[in-house]
Amino acid sequence: MNQKIIEIDILRYRPEEDDHPFTQTFDVPYSADMSILEALQYIKDHLDSSISFRWSCRMAICGSCGLMVNGVPKLGCKAFLRDYFPKRISLEPLANFPIERDLVVVMDDFINKLEEIKPYIIPEKNEAGDKKCLSEGAYKQTPEQMEKYRQFSMCINCGLCYAACPQYALDKKFIGPAALTLLARYNRDNRDAGSAERMKIVNQEEGVWGCTFVGYCSVVCPKGVDPAAAIQLLKVESSKDYLIGMFKPE
Amino acid sequence: MTEQKEKKYIRSHEPIFWGLFGAGGMLTAFLTPVMILITGLLIPLGIIDKGNFNYQTLHSFATSWYGAAIVLVLVALPLWHTLHRIFHALHDLGVKRGRDWQQVLCYGFAFAVSVFTFTILLQMF
Repeated sequence: MNQKIIEIDILRYRPEEDDHPFTQTFDVPYSADMSILEALQYIKDHLDSSISFRWSCRMAICGSCGLMVNGVPKLGCKAFLRDYFPKRISLEPLANFPIERDLVVVMDDFINKLEEIKPYIIPEKNEAGDKKCLSEGAYKQTPEQMEKYRQFSMCINCGLCYAACPQYALDKKFIGPAALTLLARYNRDNRDAGSAERMKIVNQEEGVWGCTFVGYCSVVCPKGVDPAAAIQLLKVESSKDYLIGMFKPE
Repeated sequence: MTEQKEKKYIRSHEPIFWGLFGAGGMLTAFLTPVMILITGLLIPLGIIDKGNFNYQTLHSFATSWYGAAIVLVLVALPLWHTLHRIFHALHDLGVKRGRDWQQVLCYGFAFAVSVFTFTILLQMF
Protein backbone atom coordinates (compact mmCIF):
# COMPACT_ATOMS: atom_id res chain seq x y z
CA MET A 1 0.00 0.00 0.00
CA ASN A 2 1.27 3.42 -0.90
CA GLN A 3 1.74 5.75 2.02
CA LYS A 4 -0.14 9.01 1.53
CA ILE A 5 2.08 12.09 1.77
CA ILE A 6 1.15 15.63 2.82
CA GLU A 7 3.38 18.57 1.96
CA ILE A 8 4.10 21.01 4.77
CA ASP A 9 5.73 24.39 4.10
CA ILE A 10 7.46 25.82 7.13
CA LEU A 11 8.70 29.39 7.42
CA ARG A 12 12.22 29.04 8.78
CA TYR A 13 14.53 31.62 10.28
CA ARG A 14 17.82 30.89 11.99
CA PRO A 15 19.16 34.27 13.08
CA GLU A 16 22.82 33.18 13.08
CA GLU A 17 22.82 32.05 9.42
CA ASP A 18 19.81 33.53 7.61
CA ASP A 19 19.37 37.16 6.58
CA HIS A 20 15.67 36.63 5.89
CA PRO A 21 13.07 34.01 6.77
CA PHE A 22 12.60 31.44 3.98
CA THR A 23 10.18 28.60 3.29
CA GLN A 24 11.25 24.96 3.49
CA THR A 25 8.97 22.13 2.33
CA PHE A 26 8.74 18.76 4.05
CA ASP A 27 6.96 15.57 2.93
CA VAL A 28 5.22 14.02 5.90
CA PRO A 29 3.43 10.63 5.87
CA TYR A 30 -0.24 11.44 6.27
CA SER A 31 -2.61 9.86 8.75
CA ALA A 32 -6.05 11.15 9.66
CA ASP A 33 -5.38 11.29 13.40
CA MET A 34 -2.12 13.21 13.16
CA SER A 35 -2.08 16.75 14.57
CA ILE A 36 0.06 19.56 13.18
CA LEU A 37 2.18 19.34 16.33
CA GLU A 38 2.76 15.62 15.77
CA ALA A 39 3.70 16.40 12.16
CA LEU A 40 6.28 18.89 13.44
CA GLN A 41 7.62 16.29 15.84
CA TYR A 42 7.85 13.82 12.95
CA ILE A 43 9.83 16.38 10.95
CA LYS A 44 12.17 17.05 13.87
CA ASP A 45 12.72 13.31 14.54
CA HIS A 46 13.05 12.07 10.95
CA LEU A 47 13.64 14.87 8.47
CA ASP A 48 15.39 17.90 9.95
CA SER A 49 16.45 18.02 13.57
CA SER A 50 17.36 21.72 13.39
CA ILE A 51 13.74 22.89 13.27
CA SER A 52 12.54 24.81 16.35
CA PHE A 53 9.04 25.07 17.76
CA ARG A 54 7.48 25.36 21.22
CA TRP A 55 5.27 22.67 22.68
CA SER A 56 4.54 20.96 25.93
CA CYS A 57 1.21 19.36 26.82
CA ARG A 58 -0.17 18.15 23.42
CA MET A 59 -3.75 18.72 24.66
CA ALA A 60 -4.60 22.44 24.42
CA ILE A 61 -3.85 23.21 28.05
CA CYS A 62 -0.38 24.75 28.07
CA GLY A 63 -0.81 27.24 25.21
CA SER A 64 2.75 26.79 23.90
CA CYS A 65 2.25 25.55 20.35
CA GLY A 66 0.43 28.53 18.78
CA LEU A 67 1.33 29.09 15.13
CA MET A 68 -0.18 30.29 11.87
CA VAL A 69 -1.69 27.41 9.88
CA ASN A 70 -2.44 28.63 6.34
CA GLY A 71 -2.51 32.15 7.77
CA VAL A 72 -4.93 31.38 10.61
CA PRO A 73 -3.74 31.41 14.24
CA LYS A 74 -4.16 27.90 15.68
CA LEU A 75 -2.78 25.60 18.33
CA GLY A 76 -0.62 22.94 16.64
CA CYS A 77 -2.04 20.26 18.93
CA LYS A 78 -5.65 21.19 18.20
CA ALA A 79 -5.37 21.40 14.39
CA PHE A 80 -5.30 18.15 12.41
CA LEU A 81 -3.81 17.19 9.04
CA ARG A 82 -7.16 15.67 7.97
CA ASP A 83 -8.72 19.13 7.82
CA TYR A 84 -6.21 20.20 5.14
CA PHE A 85 -5.27 17.00 3.30
CA PRO A 86 -4.70 16.59 0.33
CA LYS A 87 -3.90 20.32 0.09
CA ARG A 88 -0.54 21.43 1.39
CA ILE A 89 -0.20 23.16 4.74
CA SER A 90 1.81 26.31 5.38
CA LEU A 91 3.12 26.87 8.89
CA GLU A 92 4.40 30.22 10.06
CA PRO A 93 5.23 31.67 13.46
CA LEU A 94 2.41 33.61 15.17
CA ALA A 95 1.70 36.90 13.40
CA ASN A 96 2.29 40.23 15.17
CA PHE A 97 5.15 38.81 17.27
CA PRO A 98 8.86 39.09 16.43
CA ILE A 99 10.40 35.77 15.29
CA GLU A 100 12.99 34.35 17.65
CA ARG A 101 13.80 31.26 15.60
CA ASP A 102 11.76 29.22 13.10
CA LEU A 103 8.28 28.86 14.65
CA VAL A 104 9.31 30.28 18.01
CA VAL A 105 8.25 33.90 18.67
CA VAL A 106 9.28 36.48 21.26
CA MET A 107 6.38 36.72 23.71
CA ASP A 108 7.93 39.38 26.00
CA ASP A 109 5.51 42.16 25.10
CA PHE A 110 2.52 39.90 25.71
CA ILE A 111 3.86 38.63 29.05
CA ASN A 112 4.62 42.20 30.19
CA LYS A 113 1.05 43.21 29.36
CA LEU A 114 -0.35 40.28 31.32
CA GLU A 115 1.69 41.40 34.33
CA GLU A 116 0.82 45.05 33.88
CA ILE A 117 -2.92 44.59 34.47
CA LYS A 118 -2.39 43.31 38.05
CA PRO A 119 -3.59 39.75 37.41
CA TYR A 120 -4.15 38.78 41.03
CA ILE A 121 -6.83 39.31 43.63
CA ILE A 122 -6.36 42.62 45.41
CA PRO A 123 -8.18 42.13 48.71
CA GLU A 124 -10.31 44.74 50.41
CA LYS A 125 -8.57 46.71 53.15
CA ASN A 126 -10.14 47.67 56.49
CA GLU A 127 -9.93 51.13 58.14
CA ALA A 128 -6.46 50.39 59.46
CA GLY A 129 -5.30 49.60 55.92
CA ASP A 130 -4.84 45.91 56.58
CA LYS A 131 -6.34 43.09 54.62
CA LYS A 132 -8.58 40.48 56.21
CA CYS A 133 -6.71 38.15 58.54
CA LEU A 134 -6.62 34.44 57.76
CA SER A 135 -8.36 33.75 61.11
CA GLU A 136 -11.37 35.81 59.96
CA GLY A 137 -12.22 33.08 57.50
CA ALA A 138 -12.25 32.56 53.76
CA TYR A 139 -13.51 34.90 51.03
CA LYS A 140 -16.78 33.33 50.05
CA GLN A 141 -18.22 33.09 46.57
CA THR A 142 -21.53 31.76 45.30
CA PRO A 143 -21.76 29.80 42.01
CA GLU A 144 -23.55 32.84 40.50
CA GLN A 145 -20.69 35.12 41.51
CA MET A 146 -18.20 32.70 40.00
CA GLU A 147 -20.19 32.48 36.78
CA LYS A 148 -19.61 36.23 36.26
CA TYR A 149 -15.93 35.70 35.46
CA ARG A 150 -15.47 31.93 34.94
CA GLN A 151 -15.40 32.02 31.14
CA PHE A 152 -12.76 34.79 31.16
CA SER A 153 -10.56 32.75 33.49
CA MET A 154 -10.21 29.90 30.96
CA CYS A 155 -7.45 31.69 29.00
CA ILE A 156 -4.26 29.66 28.51
CA ASN A 157 -2.14 32.62 27.32
CA CYS A 158 -1.38 31.07 23.94
CA GLY A 159 -1.34 34.45 22.19
CA LEU A 160 -3.56 33.40 19.25
CA CYS A 161 -5.82 36.43 19.87
CA TYR A 162 -2.83 38.79 19.56
CA ALA A 163 -1.89 37.15 16.27
CA ALA A 164 -5.51 37.66 15.13
CA CYS A 165 -5.95 41.25 16.34
CA PRO A 166 -5.61 43.86 13.57
CA GLN A 167 -5.45 46.65 16.15
CA TYR A 168 -2.50 45.04 17.93
CA ALA A 169 -0.88 44.63 14.50
CA LEU A 170 -1.20 48.37 13.91
CA ASP A 171 -0.24 49.55 17.37
CA LYS A 172 1.82 47.46 19.79
CA LYS A 173 0.88 49.83 22.62
CA PHE A 174 -2.66 48.38 22.62
CA ILE A 175 -3.00 46.19 25.71
CA GLY A 176 -4.76 43.58 23.61
CA PRO A 177 -7.41 40.88 23.95
CA ALA A 178 -5.98 38.32 26.40
CA ALA A 179 -4.62 40.85 28.91
CA LEU A 180 -7.86 42.88 28.89
CA THR A 181 -9.85 39.67 29.32
CA LEU A 182 -7.70 38.70 32.29
CA LEU A 183 -8.30 42.19 33.67
CA ALA A 184 -12.05 41.69 33.26
CA ARG A 185 -11.73 38.34 34.99
CA TYR A 186 -10.32 39.99 38.15
CA ASN A 187 -12.59 43.05 38.00
CA ARG A 188 -15.64 40.78 37.82
CA ASP A 189 -14.52 38.66 40.78
CA ASN A 190 -16.43 39.55 43.97
CA ARG A 191 -13.39 38.75 46.17
CA ASP A 192 -11.38 41.44 44.42
CA ALA A 193 -11.28 45.13 45.40
CA GLY A 194 -8.78 46.32 42.80
CA SER A 195 -11.24 47.54 40.15
CA ALA A 196 -10.46 51.22 40.71
CA GLU A 197 -6.74 50.61 40.11
CA ARG A 198 -7.37 48.53 37.02
CA MET A 199 -9.96 50.91 35.54
CA LYS A 200 -7.13 53.43 35.05
CA ILE A 201 -5.56 50.93 32.65
CA VAL A 202 -8.90 50.20 30.97
CA ASN A 203 -9.77 53.88 30.48
CA GLN A 204 -6.72 54.68 28.38
CA GLU A 205 -6.65 55.02 24.60
CA GLU A 206 -4.43 51.91 24.52
CA GLY A 207 -6.79 50.22 27.00
CA VAL A 208 -10.21 49.09 25.80
CA TRP A 209 -10.52 52.07 23.46
CA GLY A 210 -7.85 50.66 21.17
CA CYS A 211 -10.36 47.95 20.25
CA THR A 212 -12.76 48.45 17.34
CA PHE A 213 -14.67 45.19 17.95
CA VAL A 214 -13.40 43.28 14.93
CA GLY A 215 -14.08 40.11 16.93
CA TYR A 216 -11.47 37.87 15.27
CA CYS A 217 -9.87 37.25 18.70
CA SER A 218 -12.99 35.39 19.79
CA VAL A 219 -13.09 33.41 16.54
CA VAL A 220 -9.56 32.05 16.91
CA CYS A 221 -9.62 31.48 20.69
CA PRO A 222 -9.08 27.73 21.26
CA LYS A 223 -10.74 27.81 24.70
CA GLY A 224 -13.95 29.70 23.89
CA VAL A 225 -12.99 32.58 26.18
CA ASP A 226 -14.55 35.27 23.95
CA PRO A 227 -12.11 38.14 24.61
CA ALA A 228 -14.15 40.47 22.37
CA ALA A 229 -17.11 40.16 24.76
CA ALA A 230 -14.88 40.86 27.76
CA ILE A 231 -13.60 44.02 26.09
CA GLN A 232 -17.10 45.22 25.17
CA LEU A 233 -18.20 44.71 28.79
CA LEU A 234 -15.17 46.70 29.90
CA LYS A 235 -16.08 49.47 27.45
CA VAL A 236 -19.44 49.81 29.20
CA GLU A 237 -17.65 49.88 32.57
CA SER A 238 -15.20 52.46 31.25
CA SER A 239 -18.08 54.64 29.99
CA LYS A 240 -19.74 54.51 33.43
CA ASP A 241 -16.40 55.35 35.00
CA TYR A 242 -16.08 58.30 32.60
CA LEU A 243 -19.50 59.66 33.60
CA ILE A 244 -18.73 59.28 37.30
CA GLY A 245 -15.34 60.91 36.71
CA MET A 246 -17.04 63.97 35.17
CA PHE A 247 -18.92 64.69 38.40
CA LYS A 248 -16.33 63.40 40.83
CA PRO A 249 -12.87 64.31 39.52
CA GLU A 250 -9.94 62.87 41.47
CA MET B 1 11.37 42.94 44.97
CA THR B 2 11.95 46.49 43.79
CA GLU B 3 9.19 49.00 44.27
CA GLN B 4 7.44 49.60 40.96
CA LYS B 5 6.91 53.18 39.93
CA GLU B 6 3.24 54.06 39.52
CA LYS B 7 2.62 54.47 35.80
CA LYS B 8 0.84 57.58 34.56
CA TYR B 9 -2.45 56.68 32.96
CA ILE B 10 -4.22 59.06 30.60
CA ARG B 11 -7.98 58.75 30.41
CA SER B 12 -9.43 58.57 26.90
CA HIS B 13 -12.44 60.71 25.92
CA GLU B 14 -13.62 57.91 23.67
CA PRO B 15 -16.68 57.06 25.87
CA ILE B 16 -18.52 60.17 24.57
CA PHE B 17 -17.95 59.28 20.92
CA TRP B 18 -18.45 55.58 21.52
CA GLY B 19 -21.79 56.35 23.19
CA LEU B 20 -22.95 58.46 20.23
CA PHE B 21 -21.56 55.81 17.87
CA GLY B 22 -23.47 53.06 19.66
CA ALA B 23 -26.72 55.00 19.80
CA GLY B 24 -26.41 55.98 16.15
CA GLY B 25 -25.58 52.44 15.12
CA MET B 26 -28.61 51.10 16.93
CA LEU B 27 -30.88 53.63 15.21
CA THR B 28 -29.33 53.00 11.82
CA ALA B 29 -29.66 49.25 12.16
CA PHE B 30 -33.28 49.33 13.26
CA LEU B 31 -34.78 52.32 11.48
CA THR B 32 -32.96 52.68 8.16
CA PRO B 33 -34.44 49.45 6.73
CA VAL B 34 -37.90 50.62 7.81
CA MET B 35 -37.43 54.02 6.22
CA ILE B 36 -36.16 52.46 2.99
CA LEU B 37 -39.11 50.08 3.02
CA ILE B 38 -41.61 52.92 3.42
CA THR B 39 -40.12 55.53 1.08
CA GLY B 40 -38.51 53.18 -1.41
CA LEU B 41 -41.06 50.38 -1.73
CA LEU B 42 -44.39 50.83 0.03
CA ILE B 43 -45.10 54.36 -1.26
CA PRO B 44 -43.99 53.76 -4.90
CA LEU B 45 -46.01 50.53 -4.93
CA GLY B 46 -49.03 52.43 -3.68
CA ILE B 47 -49.44 50.28 -0.58
CA ILE B 48 -49.13 53.37 1.61
CA ASP B 49 -51.10 56.39 0.46
CA LYS B 50 -48.76 59.01 -1.03
CA GLY B 51 -51.04 61.70 0.33
CA ASN B 52 -49.74 61.13 3.85
CA PHE B 53 -46.30 62.24 2.70
CA ASN B 54 -47.07 65.61 1.13
CA TYR B 55 -45.22 68.78 2.15
CA GLN B 56 -47.93 70.07 4.49
CA THR B 57 -48.16 66.89 6.57
CA LEU B 58 -44.41 66.51 6.84
CA HIS B 59 -43.98 70.20 7.66
CA SER B 60 -46.54 70.04 10.43
CA PHE B 61 -44.81 66.89 11.73
CA ALA B 62 -41.38 68.59 11.76
CA THR B 63 -42.80 71.66 13.50
CA SER B 64 -44.36 69.74 16.36
CA TRP B 65 -42.00 69.41 19.32
CA TYR B 66 -41.89 65.62 19.20
CA GLY B 67 -41.56 65.57 15.40
CA ALA B 68 -38.65 68.00 15.56
CA ALA B 69 -36.97 65.86 18.22
CA ILE B 70 -37.39 62.71 16.11
CA VAL B 71 -35.98 64.40 12.99
CA LEU B 72 -33.01 65.78 14.94
CA VAL B 73 -32.19 62.41 16.50
CA LEU B 74 -32.63 60.59 13.18
CA VAL B 75 -30.26 62.96 11.39
CA ALA B 76 -27.67 63.58 14.11
CA LEU B 77 -27.05 60.18 15.70
CA PRO B 78 -26.43 58.15 12.52
CA LEU B 79 -24.14 60.97 11.42
CA TRP B 80 -22.04 60.68 14.59
CA HIS B 81 -22.02 56.94 14.03
CA THR B 82 -20.81 57.27 10.45
CA LEU B 83 -18.07 59.79 11.15
CA HIS B 84 -16.79 57.87 14.17
CA ARG B 85 -16.53 54.82 11.92
CA ILE B 86 -14.76 56.83 9.21
CA PHE B 87 -12.32 58.23 11.79
CA HIS B 88 -11.42 54.73 12.97
CA ALA B 89 -11.35 53.33 9.43
CA LEU B 90 -8.69 55.93 8.57
CA HIS B 91 -6.59 54.48 11.40
CA ASP B 92 -7.28 50.93 10.17
CA LEU B 93 -6.18 51.90 6.67
CA GLY B 94 -2.93 53.19 8.12
CA VAL B 95 -3.49 56.92 7.50
CA LYS B 96 -1.23 58.06 10.31
CA ARG B 97 -0.73 61.69 9.34
CA GLY B 98 -2.66 64.36 11.24
CA ARG B 99 -4.78 62.23 13.56
CA ASP B 100 -5.73 65.43 15.42
CA TRP B 101 -6.99 67.03 12.24
CA GLN B 102 -8.80 63.88 11.19
CA GLN B 103 -10.56 63.95 14.54
CA VAL B 104 -11.44 67.65 14.27
CA LEU B 105 -12.75 67.19 10.71
CA CYS B 106 -14.77 64.02 11.43
CA TYR B 107 -16.38 64.97 14.72
CA GLY B 108 -16.44 68.65 13.73
CA PHE B 109 -18.54 67.76 10.68
CA ALA B 110 -20.93 65.64 12.73
CA PHE B 111 -21.22 68.44 15.30
CA ALA B 112 -21.71 71.16 12.67
CA VAL B 113 -24.45 69.27 10.85
CA SER B 114 -26.16 68.43 14.14
CA VAL B 115 -26.19 72.13 15.11
CA PHE B 116 -27.30 73.05 11.58
CA THR B 117 -30.23 70.61 11.75
CA PHE B 118 -31.14 71.89 15.19
CA THR B 119 -31.23 75.54 14.05
CA ILE B 120 -33.23 74.76 10.92
CA LEU B 121 -35.79 72.85 12.98
CA LEU B 122 -35.93 75.71 15.46
CA GLN B 123 -36.45 78.22 12.63
CA MET B 124 -39.45 76.33 11.30
CA PHE B 125 -41.48 76.82 14.46
